[in-house]
Amino acid sequence: MTNPYSPKERMKLPRLPMPERDPAVRGHDFGEVNLGFEPDVAREESLRCLECAKPTCNHGCPVGVKVKEFVALIEAGDYLAAAAKIREDNALPAVTGRVCPQEDQCEGACLLGKRGKPLAIGHLERFVADWEREAGVVGLPVNAPATGKKVAIVGSGPAGLAAAGDLIQRGHEVRVFEALHEIGGVLLYGIPEFRLPKEIVRQDVDGLRRMGVQFETNVVVGKTVTLDELMGEEGYDAVFVATGAGLPRFLGIPGEHLCGVYSANEFLTRVNLMKAYRFPESDEPVYDCRDKVVAVVGGGNTALDSIRTALRLGAREAFLIYRRSAGEMPARAEEVHHAKDEGIQFLTLTNPVELLGDDRARLRAARCVKMELGDPDASGRRQSTPIPGSEFEVPLDVIIIAVGTGANPIIQSTTPDLQTNRRGYIAADPETLRTSKPGVFAGGDIVTGAATVILAMGAGRKAARSMHEYLVSGAWEGAAAGNGGLRVLG
Amino acid sequence: MFPIVEARFLAPDVKLFRLSSSRIAKKRQAGQFVIIRLHEDGERIPLTIAGSADDGTITLIVQGIGKTTKLLNRLEAGDAILDVVGPLGQASEVELFGTVVVIGGGVGTAIAYPTAVALHQAGNRVIGILGARNRDLLILEKEMGAVCDQLIVTTDDGSYGRHGLVTTALAEVIAAEKVDRVLAIGPVPMMRAVAEVTRPLGIKTIVSLNSIMVDGTGMCGGCRVLVAGAAKFACVDGPEFDAHEVDFTVLQQRNAMYRDAEAESLRTFLADPEKDLDRVRTSCQLHEVTP
Repeated sequence: MTNPYSPKERMKLPRLPMPERDPAVRGHDFGEVNLGFEPDVAREESLRCLECAKPTCNHGCPVGVKVKEFVALIEAGDYLAAAAKIREDNALPAVTGRVCPQEDQCEGACLLGKRGKPLAIGHLERFVADWEREAGVVGLPVNAPATGKKVAIVGSGPAGLAAAGDLIQRGHEVRVFEALHEIGGVLLYGIPEFRLPKEIVRQDVDGLRRMGVQFETNVVVGKTVTLDELMGEEGYDAVFVATGAGLPRFLGIPGEHLCGVYSANEFLTRVNLMKAYRFPESDEPVYDCRDKVVAVVGGGNTALDSIRTALRLGAREAFLIYRRSAGEMPARAEEVHHAKDEGIQFLTLTNPVELLGDDRARLRAARCVKMELGDPDASGRRQSTPIPGSEFEVPLDVIIIAVGTGANPIIQSTTPDLQTNRRGYIAADPETLRTSKPGVFAGGDIVTGAATVILAMGAGRKAARSMHEYLVSGAWEGAAAGNGGLRVLG
Repeated sequence: MFPIVEARFLAPDVKLFRLSSSRIAKKRQAGQFVIIRLHEDGERIPLTIAGSADDGTITLIVQGIGKTTKLLNRLEAGDAILDVVGPLGQASEVELFGTVVVIGGGVGTAIAYPTAVALHQAGNRVIGILGARNRDLLILEKEMGAVCDQLIVTTDDGSYGRHGLVTTALAEVIAAEKVDRVLAIGPVPMMRAVAEVTRPLGIKTIVSLNSIMVDGTGMCGGCRVLVAGAAKFACVDGPEFDAHEVDFTVLQQRNAMYRDAEAESLRTFLADPEKDLDRVRTSCQLHEVTP
């Protein structure tokens, strides 16, 4: 089949919108917000691709998905081949089609976007994965012959899974260790069902399993088994540490011990991984949000995920409290737009200074102060400072603290020769992701601090390339040395 | 999936389990715990490891209080626990302190026991004080007796040992000889009362905190407790802390956070226990097919 439209005509075709569920309905359940493309819509959208001789979209992708090639396969109606093509570079197509900030990546680099709207690459990627699931088939790339090398991956979040997908294709034996009881890391405990159904994560994990990746849950590396034991008696030739940003930050203000005060990690883990929204059908409870007033503190995607979750648990009023103005919010535009549609109220330029409780130590209010913006700092972001005398109380039943995470120290503290920076993140060379310990690589949030799913996947791919080089050559050189190898964001 | 190789009641509602987990058996130290989950819709709860053996088994001693512990106590040898992760938390501090009083209140004795063993092996003079509501609820008396130079048993109703509280017995021991350290594990009011006995005398006192946990790796922060005015995570910084620095009021308040939900969960379970037992067995069978 050839594209019936000339490039000039393609420029004029409108970008097809993603169908969404009605905000008034979806705000009360955990069903997915976006509905996905039908095959005819996907094919129609694929025809907009300019098929650039020198495409730029794949350079915009942190994992380098061959966009032009998989879109051409959609156009040809061979969706299974399109899936296999994506999977060559991206182990989690069903996931990234939903949670990537495509506007800043592939679609941001799409030539169509210079004049009009870019090709809906994210929606097309999601379509391919949805089609696979509905058809009950998986398009798998072909693995290289077995090398006889064994690789351990610590952490089954996006960085670990992306690395697993690449290393298995290169012929290595790959085993992924996960501390929790299910594979997926932040994709399971962090991102809510309405944005990323757990079934979708399981689909991508199952794809990896079929490619030959082994998984072991309930292993806290550093406690259950140490890195040295993995590389010693368990015989692994290399290890990739991708444990994520598993340490919640609190505000450090009075009253954070009150009942009804959660870290975003805890609130989301209870609701997502432990399915507390189904209590008592599921055993794990969460504070009853029905007809309550709930606030989240923070301006990132996790803050939005948390407060939209609270809304779905039945909150009467849901606030987002952010110390800067809306323009400084690091969250994705699409998520902010969804949240506003659903009725989340934004209290910007506001910061809590104390949490107040009743006689049973249950949260009753947050004392907040109004903030004003100053000049941009070295990072270019405008800092905010409190306005004296502007304090006021917001009556609240539940507050969720979503102001970022730190480095979980479990592995570092049991691996003396693994160097960390002063903030506790693992020091790794930015190009090779080699750590100070021979054979050990690290990447994702445990190196960079909290970032996005796709950036973690990019780190996973980079680690896989570097580990493959090491496994083939056996040479350990140019390892990261202390501060020289640091990459710390924000 | 972790097969149960032995299960027997030690007292009404208190059951001992031995289960296969070679990784945990090999690594665990006194004072550490595991987190378990019984079926696909189960909650995660922490349980202190009471012991381990060279055959790759660990021992858990469980008091049936809420839904999950009561469900667990219905399982028998031949059943399995879906998820067991550990060993988690810091190990007990064990060195030659001199004379150490180890106090176990109720099922807290099961948590204190492995540390009593380790303290004994380190050469300490160990004085055990076990407290129970009545004779039937007393556990591990023989085992504790084997590692203690002196063992005192108290019961609230006087049905066995001395009539009275562990704190009275502790005060008598302290009056009689020099005590270098106290380890007290049991209900929060007991641990708080012990702390008040030793505080004026400046005797270092350690307690093990049973706060509510989810992941057990420091990732969620739900188990935070106030120690010397600062937030600590019981799962990774603890579970043992200096009793004189612990804010027991906050611990009790936070432990009561889900009281209504816990009551509802227990009610639903007791109305139809077979439903959850089926879920345990189905989850474990499924897990055998696709690990």
